[in-house]
Amino acid sequence: MASVKSLLTKPWIWSFLGALLVWLATIVFTGGYGAGGMVTAALSLAVFTVIVGVGQMFVITLGPGNVDLSLPANIGLASAVAMKVMDGNDSMIAVGLLAALACGAAIGAANYLLIWALRIPPIIATLSASFIIQSIDISYGRGLQIKPPPGFADFANWQVLGIPVLAILTVLFTVGAAIALQRMVYGRSVLAIGQNIRAAWLAGVNVGRIRFLTYMLSGALGGIDGALLAGYFRGANVDIGNEYLLASIAVVVIGGTSVAGGKANVPGVWGAALFLVLLLTMLNTFGVSAGVRLLLTGLIIVGVITAAGGQKALR
Amino acid sequence: MRPEMTAASLETAARTSAERGALARARLLRGLLPALSLALVLLAIAWLNPRAISYFGFSLMLNLAIPIALATIAQMFVISGNELDLSIGTFVGFVGCVTATWLKEAPLIGVVILLGSIFVYALLGALIHLRNLPSIVVTLGMSFVWQGLAILILPKPGGKAPDWLLGLMAFKPPLVPFPIIAALLIGFIVHFGLMRTSYGVILRGSGGNPAALGRAGWSLLKTKIVLFALAGLFGVLSGMALIGITTSADANIGNGYTLLAIAGVILGGGEFVGGRVSPIGAVIGALTLALAASPLLTFMHIPPDWQVAANGAILIIVLAARVLISRRER
Repeated sequence: MASVKSLLTKPWIWSFLGALLVWLATIVFTGGYGAGGMVTAALSLAVFTVIVGVGQMFVITLGPGNVDLSLPANIGLASAVAMKVMDGNDSMIAVGLLAALACGAAIGAANYLLIWALRIPPIIATLSASFIIQSIDISYGRGLQIKPPPGFADFANWQVLGIPVLAILTVLFTVGAAIALQRMVYGRSVLAIGQNIRAAWLAGVNVGRIRFLTYMLSGALGGIDGALLAGYFRGANVDIGNEYLLASIAVVVIGGTSVAGGKANVPGVWGAALFLVLLLTMLNTFGVSAGVRLLLTGLIIVGVITAAGGQKALR
Repeated sequence: MRPEMTAASLETAARTSAERGALARARLLRGLLPALSLALVLLAIAWLNPRAISYFGFSLMLNLAIPIALATIAQMFVISGNELDLSIGTFVGFVGCVTATWLKEAPLIGVVILLGSIFVYALLGALIHLRNLPSIVVTLGMSFVWQGLAILILPKPGGKAPDWLLGLMAFKPPLVPFPIIAALLIGFIVHFGLMRTSYGVILRGSGGNPAALGRAGWSLLKTKIVLFALAGLFGVLSGMALIGITTSADANIGNGYTLLAIAGVILGGGEFVGGRVSPIGAVIGALTLALAASPLLTFMHIPPDWQVAANGAILIIVLAARVLISRRER
């Protein structure tokens, strides 16, 4: 009983409970039909939100005002770069993934360069950068109709016993991210900066380097996400990352990470991503119109944050 | 946020009068920067296409400046309370849909809906304050709500603006184009209210030092409610002005305004925290964005592919100039 109680005090448990509740509501509605398939589909789609969500989480943890708004443009450009480098050729998959990773990391580095050199608030810096990236993508990916190599598309859609392999790999990745956050110097430094940047600086944390690494990490994760999305949906396009601007921020906050910085939560990102994907599935199953679906999604997000809220946030 | 800030303020006491003079000049330059960037964009347009600098040219180029300026002012109110509104764009779209349908066909119900939406904004302010919620997430959720409502009201683009609104927005005063007069009017009214009245000081103070304000006996709940209600009011005005210009509505019509409004506030010299905002600067920032967005780029023969990038570049250049000046300020 004591363990249940300690479990309930964890901030991430609520997002999982929410996801479970939504899943149960849908099953009751369908009379149990498609319950397993729904989990498989939710896992495959949640993966993409989790990957960018973790990057966004590290950035947001740096403190108030830190947020990466360039992720959607980044995902779009990286998906085009990956598909062009792979060129439908199975032997080029690894090179294409590396290219997407490098493209994303370069965008992250450029973001931090703007923040550092021009002292622009990160919101405006990443926003301006995203305008430029978007143009590069439109110009570079014009009329791009390259399909992913068959091997890569199969890999992105590969399932074992109804569990997407990509989801298993992402779970391993998030375990790594949680260890990096809680047990490694890098993660502790990110948390320290988010709690009090001046105190962290005085304590000898190389603030500039850690912030630079964090923006690069977020960019690189956006890049790899773009490549995987292009593989999963069997093709790249400019708008492929659009929904991940709101989604990446939403999963971080619903998952129990503080917007004021200095307090992060990796499991919560998974719970919140599953919750959001299952919520959409539920509303689609209920057959509501697009307007009602948006309305309910919004109300539920506001409701969840109100119920879970109470943390001190500067913004 | 920046460690060097407190160090700089300690040093200020030891400054000599010559340094103080240089400091005042840098401050003045910084205050003038929004106006300077607008002048620069105007000069570039005049140089590229002299015929655009005319009554007709300005009326055309600044066509959408009024709704952008109003949305920017709405965002500015929220930012002066250290919050951020990510829903203002879809809210403008929602108001547009109400304006093009209910306000035209059943004006009374339309007015009630719009007043109700301002009330919802005030409630959000109260909710954010009472539950200590991050405004980014609450307004993110609300952006879905407004968009959903807009689609429910107007599933397909259409509707029609009320005649009185069309007449108002088509107003052609002598000598000076209407958008310029309207922008000046908006800027000065809000400037007076926020910068020159005693409650305006309290409102900005709620962003500057909420703890001190609370201890002095002012209700922080009330300031937050007022700031959000004002944002709702100007959002409503923005949506109505937009429909007065475009004559019909679309549920997605305002989506771009969220980021445009944030950029306008910052271009106009506002800061994200500390209640440091400037209403006149925000209006100038909105005008600069409205002009830089398309007329300037069209005259520069920049291909459509790269117009978005040019927008980003303009934003970066203006902010870089501000940093150069601010460095001298320290």
